[in-house]
Amino acid sequence: MTTIAVVTAGLSRPSSTRLLADKLAAAVSSALPDVEIEVLELRDLAIDVTKNMLTGFPSPVLRAAIDTVTAADGLIAVTPVFTASYSGLFKSFFDVLDQKALDGKPVLIGATGGTERHSLVLDFALRPLFAYLRAQPVATAVYAASSDWASPGDLDTRASRAGREFASRLSSAGTAAAPDSGFVPFEQLLHAGE
Amino acid sequence: MQFGIFTVGDVTTDPTTGEAPSEYERIKAMVRIALKAEEVGLDVFATGEHHNPPFVPSSPTTMLGYIAAQTSKIILSTSTTLITTNDPVKIAEDFAMLQHLADGRVDLMMGRGNTGPVYPWFGQDIRQGIPLAIENYHLLHRLWREDVVSWSGKFRTPLQEFTSTPRPLDGVPPFVWHGSIRSPEIAEQAAYYGDGFFANHIFWPKEHFQSLIGLYRERYEHYGHGKADQAIVGLGGQVFLRPKSQDAVREFRPYFDNAPVYGHGPSLEEFTEQTPLTVGSPQEVIDKTLTFREHFGDYQRQLFLIDHAGLPLKTVLDQLDLLGEHVIPVLRKELDSLRPAHVPEAPTHASRSEVLA
Repeated sequence: MTTIAVVTAGLSRPSSTRLLADKLAAAVSSALPDVEIEVLELRDLAIDVTKNMLTGFPSPVLRAAIDTVTAADGLIAVTPVFTASYSGLFKSFFDVLDQKALDGKPVLIGATGGTERHSLVLDFALRPLFAYLRAQPVATAVYAASSDWASPGDLDTRASRAGREFASRLSSAGTAAAPDSGFVPFEQLLHAGE
Repeated sequence: MQFGIFTVGDVTTDPTTGEAPSEYERIKAMVRIALKAEEVGLDVFATGEHHNPPFVPSSPTTMLGYIAAQTSKIILSTSTTLITTNDPVKIAEDFAMLQHLADGRVDLMMGRGNTGPVYPWFGQDIRQGIPLAIENYHLLHRLWREDVVSWSGKFRTPLQEFTSTPRPLDGVPPFVWHGSIRSPEIAEQAAYYGDGFFANHIFWPKEHFQSLIGLYRERYEHYGHGKADQAIVGLGGQVFLRPKSQDAVREFRPYFDNAPVYGHGPSLEEFTEQTPLTVGSPQEVIDKTLTFREHFGDYQRQLFLIDHAGLPLKTVLDQLDLLGEHVIPVLRKELDSLRPAHVPEAPTHASRSEVLA
């Protein structure tokens, strides 16, 4: 069983960002047997994310969402493009995750926008974010503009390719090594400066 | 079991009046609170140390010495003493001096300080926080135990044949607690020396501190100071109480909503559910505090934060009356009766002198 967390930051209902997220999840499901997918709508967590920023700890609901993402074998992360980048809510969610939460985790990234002109947000904003978090975004990232929903053939092709790459990464990833706890015995701490 | 209060020493505008105390008023209020703590039967008063506004307590031993002269029973402590930016030689001297003046009623809590800009004001760098805490404390530990110390390290000038004076009262160094919010290195440090470990336990859910205290207990046993359940644990807590629960909630809400640390975030109800904060009747404070033992095991010291967020002095003194009359006696009786015989009390000057004798 492979577990996949889907984080989607669309704000409207229905949301084209959610549509893209579902499309990517379906592409992965058809490329990889036996996957379990859990979708997290950040809209539902927006206030909890803000509270976490103010208090330094997550509410029980946000804790559960963070645990889902941290424990998943892979992550699909999709954001609308706002003001030339990922949305503030999308970034805020990754800001309150533990820095090590995505270490080594395969990620399929996607973004939606009104026009194709913003498509490089995938590579200029999303990819560096996940590189910083030491996650492993797959080569194909998927951007969906309004025009793609009118003639979804191309979009489906890109989603399928991304889904196959992500599935192949997941099936070859094996079990991630347990993160280093960072514990250092005291004698070593005491003599570290010598 | 020891009960006490710890103060940050913030100067905060009272959101219900729009007025803030002057530094003079706040400093005198802290002293008044400490004296009242002794009057109502508390065991410990601890002051923070800060070197930036809006905080006033930059010179803890001055304040504690002044309080020592007007009290006779209460233990004077800190929450915390900055082991990173203070010279360990000066800490050794200041607290040994205080020990003599206060007839041994002194212990202290080491902390690193989390405000980056403060470090360079004292010639240090926050990125070296852990190494500073390790090296400085190791020196401090020696200065109180060896009459003549020759030493060299990474962060301060070497010492040749140095004697820190006065020597600790009766040859017994002040007991040391180490406070930490998230660093396993500090739990490990406390365990190594067999010192106490204090979890501030006010602004975060209990789970946040359970692993640190668990680690400290396990390593305390590893280093041979006793069983894990004999390690010396202190906890913070934050309370606001009135005889009637709904009065407490109504009166505290504007302070909560505007508090410097968590204000403008979660509701008071969410925060009391998710963190150790209790706003309510004495019985509610008793019930919540008794759960601490269930989460962390039998422990030795409970300190409450009662004087922050702009609460007026009179309100804080009322809190102490309520704690002293209705809460502490019940908690003391309950927790003492639950504690197994092999789990020690918090060390004091008297108990440590006996061990030495």
